[in-house]
Amino acid sequence: MALNPKKWFNIRESVQTLTNLDSSADRYRLLQRNIRILMIVLTIVPLSMMALINYHQYQSSLKQEMIEPTMLLVSKTRHSFEFFLKERLSLVKSISYFYSYNDLCNEKTLNQILFILKKEFVGFVDLGLIDGSDGTQICYVGPYNLLGKKYANQDWFQEVTLKGAYISDVFMGYRKFPHIAISVHRVEESGESWILRTTIGTSMFDNLIAAMGLDADSDAFILNKEGIFQTNSRLYGKVLEKCPINIPTGGFSTYVEEKKDPNGTDIFLAYHHLTYPEYTLVVVKPKSTVLKAWYALKSDLFFVFLASSILIVIVVFRLTGIMVNRIKEADHNREIAFRELQHHHKLSSIGRLAAGVAHEINNPLAIINEKAGLIKDLIQYTPDFAQKEKFSALVGAILQSVSRCKTITHRLLGFAKRMEVEIENLDLNELLVEVLGFLEKEALYRNIDIGLELAKDLPRIDSDRGQLQQVFLNILNNAMAAVEDEGRIFITTWEKDADTVAVSFQDNGCGMSEKTCRLIFEPFFTTKKEHGTGLGLSITYGIVKKLGGDIEVKSKENEGTTFTILLPKKSIA
Amino acid sequence: MDRMKILLVDDEHEFVTTLAERLELRNMKVSIAMDGETALGIVERDPPQAVVLDVMMPGLNGLEVLEKIKALDPKIQVILLTGHGATKDGIRGMQLGAFDYLIKPIDIDELIEKLNEAVKRMI
Repeated sequence: MALNPKKWFNIRESVQTLTNLDSSADRYRLLQRNIRILMIVLTIVPLSMMALINYHQYQSSLKQEMIEPTMLLVSKTRHSFEFFLKERLSLVKSISYFYSYNDLCNEKTLNQILFILKKEFVGFVDLGLIDGSDGTQICYVGPYNLLGKKYANQDWFQEVTLKGAYISDVFMGYRKFPHIAISVHRVEESGESWILRTTIGTSMFDNLIAAMGLDADSDAFILNKEGIFQTNSRLYGKVLEKCPINIPTGGFSTYVEEKKDPNGTDIFLAYHHLTYPEYTLVVVKPKSTVLKAWYALKSDLFFVFLASSILIVIVVFRLTGIMVNRIKEADHNREIAFRELQHHHKLSSIGRLAAGVAHEINNPLAIINEKAGLIKDLIQYTPDFAQKEKFSALVGAILQSVSRCKTITHRLLGFAKRMEVEIENLDLNELLVEVLGFLEKEALYRNIDIGLELAKDLPRIDSDRGQLQQVFLNILNNAMAAVEDEGRIFITTWEKDADTVAVSFQDNGCGMSEKTCRLIFEPFFTTKKEHGTGLGLSITYGIVKKLGGDIEVKSKENEGTTFTILLPKKSIA
Repeated sequence: MDRMKILLVDDEHEFVTTLAERLELRNMKVSIAMDGETALGIVERDPPQAVVLDVMMPGLNGLEVLEKIKALDPKIQVILLTGHGATKDGIRGMQLGAFDYLIKPIDIDELIEKLNEAVKRMI
């Protein structure tokens, strides 16, 4: 069937179809489909919405939960760095206050100081005194020979003179490992100025980073303000190389950004700019590591969503199927009940009509009967009646017609009358044999074979003998009319179930079309033209129903007909 | 043998007169009543041997008349005529003491046969 696209889905129509008695297969198919769509939409849409909301909520809260510890870690480590550097700077400053220029000019004193520094603190490499005015190395203790070296043109010299203290970026010392230099500028009361400068190895930086306890996929490093690595990076380069990731400058808080690194990996970038020196502590964590829990949850979420969706669809399909079948059944039963009711109504109203007609006709018929009878009498009792024979024949014909009318009115009345059921305990087999007695002669004459297969231990039933006789006679008369000469009629009785016995009449006569089959129990329906009243089978139907039984007919044109009558063992009347 | 004395009761004039004529042709003495009261009057004045009584009548119906006749003289035999195909009235009539019942239209020979039987029983 081609569907009108506008009607593709219409709840109102679906509801209307529920109340409609007309039943087409399509109607239930459409109803089923519409209910399914409706139920699936009504369940899946909120489910999807819930899933989406949950997805976003979980995502943001989990992200926050993952990011916060990282920020905290960055912040703490930044403190350690700042503390470390400040401590070293303070130390150098303290020395510059505790010792005078002259003390420090003494290589022995300087050496002694360096020895203590090395012993008590980690990372001190050398210590030197530089002239504040021309930048010449005046005194030096350490592994290099820097005595006499001039620093006046170097940037740090300018800066330390200006600011009083200076911490350098990391540089490679002569021994090829990274250092930083800390310098302090002092001006004597005499006006002479000098600079105390020490070099510290940055292995402590590595220790601080290692102390962060990052997992294998993550990375942490220090950059200077030009973006040069001050420590080795596990992922992005060695010390003093340029960092391939661009870190935004400015701000004094811990920031987290989502980025793509040069390798194309999605990363979380947490960084904090140190106040002094202008270093930046950077922690890099691949998103996949941070959001591992989220991904697991996401797949769980997806699985639950998928599973419940599938479950919903299955349940909706099964449920709708069952429901629509129930509706279908109920409709079907209602239709049958409705049809039966109609049939009963029809029978009873026709019955009333028939009774009225028959009664009204009976009286004039009785008068005609008597008048004609009187004419006949007069002809008979009058000797020498002229044209006696002709009149006798005429009157005979009238009386015969009256007799025919009488038969019809009696039958109509028989159809109409409220059957007075007289229940007795009877043997169905016996009754059948008795009824067959009426038809023996005709069967013999027409050479019709009547076969019997009567259940030997068929239980006796409570029913009305006279009514059943009429029923069996009616059906057998029809069978006799249906079969050709030398035809066959087969009668079977059996116990159908605990409450019911059955008798079937099977003939190999002309059979009936499907349409005829449907109409045979209707009053006044006849295939015998002028010979039948069309009441026989509707009376039969009425009687069987009245006795609490049922009658079924199966027929195939040119093959034969089977009537099956079911009768209750115990009478309901 | 005396002529059989019969009373016909039926509200249908044409029917009752014609039937009376036919019975008279058969050597019976027939009186007619068109309703129950008249019929009871005749029964009182000149009791017949048998009454042929229609059940469906205006005023007193056949069954009521039957009861009254039987009250007057239980020996009088009554044959009921029922217009109905229904056997109910017939059976009720039999219970009230009717000899038999016939269904209209009737066969004259059957009626005479019943009448003869009825009168025989009366004796």
